[in-house]
Amino acid sequence: MSTITSAMPVNFTFPRWITSVLLLAVAYLVIPAIGTSYLFEAILLPFLALSLAGLGLNILTGYAGQVSLGSAAFMAVGAFAAFNFNLRVEGLPLVGSIVLAGFAAATIGLVFGLPSLRLKGFYLAVSTLAAQFFVQWALTKFSWFSNDSASGVIDAPALSVAGFVFEGAVGRYYFALTVVSVLTFLVHRLVNSQTGRNFIAIRDNETAARIIGVPVLKTKLLAFAVSSFIVGVAGVLWAFAYLRTVEPAGFNLDRSFQILFIVIIGGLASTRGAFFGAALIVVFPLVLSRLGSFLLGDIFDSGVLDMTQRIVLGALIILFLILEPDGLVALWDRIRRRIGSALRRT
Amino acid sequence: MTLAFGALGSAPFPPDIQEHLAGRDLPPPREDGIRDATNDAVLALVGVTLSFGGVVALQDIDLVARRGEILAIIGPNGAGKSSLINVISGVYRPDRGHVRLAGRAYAQVPTQKLARLGIARTFQNLALFKGLNVLDNVTAGLAHKTRSSFVEQIVGLGRSRTEEIEARNRAERVLDFLHLSHVGERLAGTLPYGLQKRVELARALVAEPDILLLDEPMAGMTATEKNEMAGFVRASRDEFGTTVVLIEHDIGVVMGLSDRVAVLDYGRKIADDTPDEIQRDQRVIDAYLGVTPENEDGEGI
Repeated sequence: MSTITSAMPVNFTFPRWITSVLLLAVAYLVIPAIGTSYLFEAILLPFLALSLAGLGLNILTGYAGQVSLGSAAFMAVGAFAAFNFNLRVEGLPLVGSIVLAGFAAATIGLVFGLPSLRLKGFYLAVSTLAAQFFVQWALTKFSWFSNDSASGVIDAPALSVAGFVFEGAVGRYYFALTVVSVLTFLVHRLVNSQTGRNFIAIRDNETAARIIGVPVLKTKLLAFAVSSFIVGVAGVLWAFAYLRTVEPAGFNLDRSFQILFIVIIGGLASTRGAFFGAALIVVFPLVLSRLGSFLLGDIFDSGVLDMTQRIVLGALIILFLILEPDGLVALWDRIRRRIGSALRRT
Repeated sequence: MTLAFGALGSAPFPPDIQEHLAGRDLPPPREDGIRDATNDAVLALVGVTLSFGGVVALQDIDLVARRGEILAIIGPNGAGKSSLINVISGVYRPDRGHVRLAGRAYAQVPTQKLARLGIARTFQNLALFKGLNVLDNVTAGLAHKTRSSFVEQIVGLGRSRTEEIEARNRAERVLDFLHLSHVGERLAGTLPYGLQKRVELARALVAEPDILLLDEPMAGMTATEKNEMAGFVRASRDEFGTTVVLIEHDIGVVMGLSDRVAVLDYGRKIADDTPDEIQRDQRVIDAYLGVTPENEDGEGI
């Protein structure tokens, strides 16, 4: 009995779209009503930006199977492009700048995706590393990108759409939430289309994909472009909505790895995975610091915290890769099925 | 008679026997029964030679597949059967010779266009997309028919919508045809081996190809599964009028299933005839069972 029900959870769970609508209702209505400024500034805004970046990388790595270590570079391209479009093009609305920034990131992604036509696996990962170093170098070297600001750190413009300014933490949260929701919906549509199937086909068996007529080269480059577009927009959110400054230093290799961890921990080839992974990556350090100061008091200073974070996070990643290679999403689905079948038996 | 020939032919023959095999001429073309090859040939290999470094995989192969027939290619291990399929599907480029498809000669068949040329194939080792469910795997077999761009697919307007519905329907029909509907929602990688082989056939068949290349579709199956699979292959031919070129080791299945059998040995075609004739062909028996020594009784030793 239990084996049958656990294999068929359909009749107990809600349809997917109801879950999504409920989540959106909570995100739009409930959280702003009860959340504190700290919640928005320290948790939700970085969570949204990193989720979106994870979502973008997941298209490339999770679905199309192309490893990339240059995510932070594409975020940086997005952030700086949006800043420059906003600064230098008269009368361009913010949404226009963001879309153009996405296209700028997609173009750079396309260029650094070209090696994928010949390289696979580790070799491709190393070649995307080049994007990481090159973009950071270019943004630091040419001060034109940061509008010749002496420190290289620039203030992001206010978030305004059609005259309406998204002010304060809650306003920026609404802005980021809307961007993330729209893009997540589009990604969901994409991965369930023929193109999404082509991505997975190339990941699982490139020769077979070519023989059934999947345009392999085109599809790989498309994966790079779409992925970089989304990661670029995530970069805009990171700089404009979360940090409110634009600087190259924030988009370093650590950030690229962080996004890769989000995708792996959350679950490869799953739109929900990026959100699960980002939640863990963002919330976990805060929980750890609270827990540490509660248990150990003054001994647990920021130095110890930083060290503990790295150790525990590293251990967690290893544990995850061994125990649940399919990520938090798989874990979550299993728990839900267990609860579902337990409820039905009573 | 079910016989795994793979085990027999694996030991290399001494050079003198190879010469002996190579020296024999092909049989004269038969007048009776078989229609003119040039008229209804959907696939023809002309003088195809392929070698890897110094190893000759295929030597001067001429082969014709006629419309609507089931052509089996048999031969001991290493005889070049898979290489032949790989040449036809453009995975390998022959050193000499060409492949004629739909009236055009190709030095190397363009793999990317293969599906559009009306050719579908399966692989000796499973090549399913493990991360997709069975229905999506089969639907992916129609990838070459997609005309809509990814933007249209995201928005879901116009032709992308009709394409998607059409593809789904066709995939479901093929699943139904191959008795796979009950596993449509399962991930392909979680199915038992025999079913995965059948899903691969479904993915090839969904494109309704003119030519179906099956690389050992029954390898590793039980006798019951083999018979079932043979039934499906025959039914596919009857239903879609597909020309089937298949590689198989199980000589019993081959004889019952195919209209014509080509035998490869050491990269050469040593026979090409109806199953009945093949079974009587001395060269084939020699290739499989070894050549009788000339001095059989050991006189004078």
